[in-house]
Amino acid sequence: MSQAVISKNPYVFEVRDLNIFYDDFKAVTDVNLKIERNKITAIIGPSGCGKSTLLRAFNRMNELVPGTRVEGEVLFDSQNLYAPDVDPIEVRYRIGMVFQKPNPFPKSIYENVAWGARIHGYQGDMDELVERSLRSAALWDEVKDKLDQSGLSLSGGQQQRLCIARAIAVEPEVILMDEPASALDPIATLKIEELMQELKKDYTIAVVTHNMQQAARVSDYTAMMMLTGDSRAGTVIEYTDTKVIFTMPKDKRTEDYVTGRFG
Amino acid sequence: MFNKRKPSQVPHDAEKDAFQPHLHSRHRAGRVWLLVFQVSTLIGIVALSALLYNVANAAFGYAAIENKVDPASLSINGIPLEQLHPLDLTYILQEHVSEGLFRKFAREKPMEEYSREEIYDLVMRWVVQPQVVETWTLFDSLAHRDEIMRQAAEKYPQARIFFRSWLTSQFLTTPQSSKPEFAGVRTAILGSLWTILITLLFAFPVGVGAAIYLEEYTIDTPLNRIIQTNINNLAGVPSIIYGILGLAIFVRLLEPLTSGALFGYVKDATTANGRTILSAGLTLGLLILPLIIINAQEAIRAVPGSLRQASLGLGATRWQTIWHHVLPSALPGILTGAILAVSRAVGETAPLVVVGASTFITFDPDGPFSKFTTLPIQIYQWTARPQAEFRNIAAAAILVLLALLLTLNASAVLLRNRFSRRL
Repeated sequence: MSQAVISKNPYVFEVRDLNIFYDDFKAVTDVNLKIERNKITAIIGPSGCGKSTLLRAFNRMNELVPGTRVEGEVLFDSQNLYAPDVDPIEVRYRIGMVFQKPNPFPKSIYENVAWGARIHGYQGDMDELVERSLRSAALWDEVKDKLDQSGLSLSGGQQQRLCIARAIAVEPEVILMDEPASALDPIATLKIEELMQELKKDYTIAVVTHNMQQAARVSDYTAMMMLTGDSRAGTVIEYTDTKVIFTMPKDKRTEDYVTGRFG
Repeated sequence: MFNKRKPSQVPHDAEKDAFQPHLHSRHRAGRVWLLVFQVSTLIGIVALSALLYNVANAAFGYAAIENKVDPASLSINGIPLEQLHPLDLTYILQEHVSEGLFRKFAREKPMEEYSREEIYDLVMRWVVQPQVVETWTLFDSLAHRDEIMRQAAEKYPQARIFFRSWLTSQFLTTPQSSKPEFAGVRTAILGSLWTILITLLFAFPVGVGAAIYLEEYTIDTPLNRIIQTNINNLAGVPSIIYGILGLAIFVRLLEPLTSGALFGYVKDATTANGRTILSAGLTLGLLILPLIIINAQEAIRAVPGSLRQASLGLGATRWQTIWHHVLPSALPGILTGAILAVSRAVGETAPLVVVGASTFITFDPDGPFSKFTTLPIQIYQWTARPQAEFRNIAAAAILVLLALLLTLNASAVLLRNRFSRRL
């Protein structure tokens, strides 16, 4: 994977025949989808259908769980992330992640942002990077006077934006968000959603959400996942424009789900 | 009380009526258990007080001391002993001790180089020879003072009777002696400190390293489960067995290493048999290793997984995650475990007896390859002597051991608080 490969390819990810197993249990089956650059793609579906598992396949976080096995390909800029010569460290360096529960490091706000860049050997002006990242995460004005305070002293919504700033500071190409607002109140949620709209100018975003209104509000494309077949493994049953998914879905199950009749 | 309310106000059915009769017995059961807990606590407090009372009783109290030679009879031209010139003191010493003993003093260093205090000590020790003829407990000393005075005056007309603490600065700074009045715990304190240093240097890094490996790198396989079970069981193995292990491995098998012979460090032939501070420290290290591993594992396990995910999700390596996030968060817990383990090691006697702690040495340990004794060994030795005065100094030594333990613990707690305050 070299930086030079960034091409005119409009798709950042191309998933081909992806199957994910936890030991013998098949969690995700036969997923094929393409994720477009500088768009927000939402993954929705009922609990336990493998949304997070699919999202974590995009930066190889799954393999931190012992016994996880992946079949198929996830192409990132035409390079298979699961090829044997690919280092997962580099994958996660270029594809950042924000988690469901805000999880800042028990360090200062400044350190929270600077740490990721530092371990990757960032040579530039660290103060400038921290300010830029915090500004991008719409947090700078709230914390600029207390950068040396603990990241844990912030409110839940601020903590989550700090986590986003932390992910941005590493300068990834993609940000994966695993239910980033599910632990937050409506106002903090709104701020995160506004932030996502800002961020998509520079980054490609894939977001897992339980909240269908949120998916409808923020995303450009939506993938609907559901348990299927005898193995009860999750798969993408419909993937198209968000507007289409929520107004005239083709699949009956999608329609039932988005209209609240199921799930 | 709620049951004052008229029954008619609350709709009742047959099942709900069981509530009121039960309520009383439920409260009673609560009171009974509360009493049980209070009594348990009380028993603990009483036991601890009894221990401290016992030690203090022996460590302080009246003592009757008789001089073999009256110091007044040694005065020259009416000048009392304490004020005599060193030359006169040397003369007195020479007059009263055997030629061989005097030559021995002179061999250690020329008599002119002894300071006045040193010669005075020698005179007191070898000429005046004060001897404790009887001691009284602290309780008796406080409660029956007059009676003790009268009794002592009858029995020991020559003796000086005074209230003394057996725990004195002299007790802390003088080495072992066969006479209880002159015996001290200096060698034992230094021996204990040296041993603990070696124990910590060995057990802390190895234990924490093993805990990191077991918690952060291994996955749950049958083999690992067997290893884990074994570590847990090792924590419960009686300490004497570790002593036998230490004797077999460190004293016998690794003798060239533990005696220092491998490094060409052998002071005299009697030292080079592996019964050194190094052997003792390593043995105690083995003893507390399972404790440190288990406690460190608990501390590492308590670090939330979200922290690891955050770090790994940024593209940090496993080691960077452990070093920058897991260990700092786990450190207070790891240190707490180490404190408990060290407290255990400081008080251990049995394995050191087996490994070959010296029961009587008068020189300070000067490194990992010297012979040694420790405070618990010393206490054990003294309590086993027939003379009553040794029990007094054993009590004083127990106070020293307790103080040493409290100091170690307090410093470790301070250290721990410092670490956990950092955000």
